[in-house]
Amino acid sequence: MFAAAAIGILVVMGLALVRAFLGPTVCDRILAVNMLGTKTVLLIAVLGFLGGRPDFLDIAIAYALINFIGVIAVLKFVERIGDSRSSPRPEDF
Amino acid sequence: MTALLADLLSLPLFIGGVFLGISGAVGVIRLPDFYTRLHAAGVTDTLSAGMILTAMMIQAGFTLVTVKLLLILIFLWYTSPVASHALARAAVHTGVPLPPQTDDERGQGDASSSN
Repeated sequence: MFAAAAIGILVVMGLALVRAFLGPTVCDRILAVNMLGTKTVLLIAVLGFLGGRPDFLDIAIAYALINFIGVIAVLKFVERIGDSRSSPRPEDF
Repeated sequence: MTALLADLLSLPLFIGGVFLGISGAVGVIRLPDFYTRLHAAGVTDTLSAGMILTAMMIQAGFTLVTVKLLLILIFLWYTSPVASHALARAAVHTGVPLPPQTDDERGQGDASSSN
């Protein structure tokens, strides 16, 4: 049952990767990477159950935290580029 | 006896979680516009993860593992909407084109602006 869930999660990660490659805009790619990160958390948890090692869940918790922070950091970066193109910055004057 | 019950309870949850994940992922690929894809990705992040984690919680029973799974679940349910919102905000700011308005929306747009 856990193996089937792990395979299912792997399929979802493959589909997310397809969107990451296809994605026209950078935000599509961030969306796919965010989805990939969430599914990795699930995959680690399921593999922890599969291998009978409950300490995998600490890795899954850490990964969920870091994935969220990474996505927010990339978005701050992407949004800053958008601002500089659209709105004039002090040094433009 | 309880093991059988745990299996009986967690199997449909597993199947539901994986099904939602796959349908959400197909939605992320096939949907025409970024903002509709964002909606589909939201489905996979919250409910599919929720179902799979609750299925594992049932399997784990009342142990420390269940507490950790609960922590992951609560964390995911709080952060994935925040991430989706930040993503949508960044998309609007960097100028991702909004979907073309359908006729009735445009009709209402003209009506509200004209009167």
